Amino acid sequence: MNKIPSALSLGIRRGGLEIRQFLRQRESVIFTLLFPVILLVIFGSVFSDTIAPDVTFSQYFLAGMIASGLVNTGFQGLAITIPLERDFGALKRLRGTPMPASSYFIGKAILVFVSMVVQILMLLGFGVAFFGVAMPSDANKWITFAWLTLLGSACSTALGIAFSVIPKSGRGASAVVSPIVIILQFFSGVFFIFTQLPSWMQQFASIFPLKWLTQGMRSVFLPDSFATQEVAKSWENERTFAVLVIWLIIGIFFAVRKFKWDRD
Amino acid sequence: MNAIEVNGLRKSYGDVHAVQGIDLSIASGEIFALLGPNGAGKTTTVEILEGFRSRDGGDVSVLGFDPREEGHAAREWRNRIGIVLQSTSDSGDLTVIETIEHFSGYYSNPRNVCEVINAVGLDEKAGSLIRKLSGGQRRRLDVALGIIGNPELLFLDEPTTGFDPEARRAFWALIQQLRGNGTTILLTTHYLDEAEALADRVGVINNGQIIEIATPTELGGRSTAQALVTWRDGSTMKSENTNNPTALVSKLMTKFNGEIPELTVTRPSLEDIYLTMIGLTHE
Repeated sequence: MNKIPSALSLGIRRGGLEIRQFLRQRESVIFTLLFPVILLVIFGSVFSDTIAPDVTFSQYFLAGMIASGLVNTGFQGLAITIPLERDFGALKRLRGTPMPASSYFIGKAILVFVSMVVQILMLLGFGVAFFGVAMPSDANKWITFAWLTLLGSACSTALGIAFSVIPKSGRGASAVVSPIVIILQFFSGVFFIFTQLPSWMQQFASIFPLKWLTQGMRSVFLPDSFATQEVAKSWENERTFAVLVIWLIIGIFFAVRKFKWDRD
Repeated sequence: MNAIEVNGLRKSYGDVHAVQGIDLSIASGEIFALLGPNGAGKTTTVEILEGFRSRDGGDVSVLGFDPREEGHAAREWRNRIGIVLQSTSDSGDLTVIETIEHFSGYYSNPRNVCEVINAVGLDEKAGSLIRKLSGGQRRRLDVALGIIGNPELLFLDEPTTGFDPEARRAFWALIQQLRGNGTTILLTTHYLDEAEALADRVGVINNGQIIEIATPTELGGRSTAQALVTWRDGSTMKSENTNNPTALVSKLMTKFNGEIPELTVTRPSLEDIYLTMIGLTHE
């Protein structure tokens, strides 16, 4: 009698399967990967002025787009697609096999991370080629970028899985989830310069990860001189790290405790 | 040891008592069919045994394990069972072989992927996307995913709904083959002929209780029920219920001096018996 496969190895297998399934849905591939680039082109073309010495709005917006890409791909994507899988009965079928919940979650995390990497490469490519965005030369900034992407994507995945119990049906999921994400994007300094928002909006946004992800991404893609223009007069990367870890723990806790495999 | 052992199982949803004290023993290697009208408590009972639903009372042992439990022991347990649910579907963006191959990776001792595809008769569709399959072909894929783990115990919930008669016969042959390997099977079905063809014993469930458990030929006193003999006498059809149909036919032969016009001798079908048991009459 062989041993049953480990949760991690099954999680990696599921990640491969999720990616293969995703690539075969051409509409969602195009939407997920190209939509952020289209937004970058629109905003970058409309607001072409500089907002500080050596800082264009395109640069500011690029940081916001990468951060909100993490929220769109993980939180929004999963909170919409998991209820659909539940409606189909696909989750119930998985529940009847020896595959543990953790493998399913790992598979989703891999899907989110891989599509994020592709999305980021496209955004950076367009940013550099057409909107004068400069790549950071400092190795520390790349390290910050790496942990922000990893932690942001994990946090967003966990929260998306946790939130997937809230929509009653797959069809209604988008109507529940999308407004939350759009409001957070407006409040968190993705479309507007954060410091120009009313302070109640800033305080509200500070509870959620997106504001911190955006600020963290600015610390990577904007010159350090810009840090003084942030609310706290610094990039606050330690605080960003802490906020993301806390949300990651909250997400994992609810994902594990509350996940629903079946409609009723 | 019995594969399934249930004592005093109870489950309510609010004021609705879906299952009211069910006792059930299914031996290892047995094919057991659970029959009952919609809402009788069939699905609730089976889903409790499969570990999908909680119960309010009673003892349940499935392969020596309480399906209520979680964690690693539950994984070991699910490794030994196969479940074919009533309705499953998915986005359909994978091929038949990709899906079966992937699921085979969940188990410690899976069956050979090609062998399973062959057993459910999907050879020609192995490379097709699931969304391009017909309803009956999807159902066969469901069955393939239920048996890929080489289960000791297989749950089949209305497995042949939507099959054409040919596909149903092929499916029955597959089940007979699994029986040959010693797999225990708990089947729920709406088709009485299916239960009769496959099951060693059938249990009829109604209003959350088991009314009777017997072999298909003995259910509801079927084996001792009177036979109905009908024939044509001139311009009228005649019929008679009798315990001795052979004697009656022989008498009629003398009367007609040979061939009896439009003779039929029938015993109540499993369906007739079943419908009487659940309080419905035929037609």
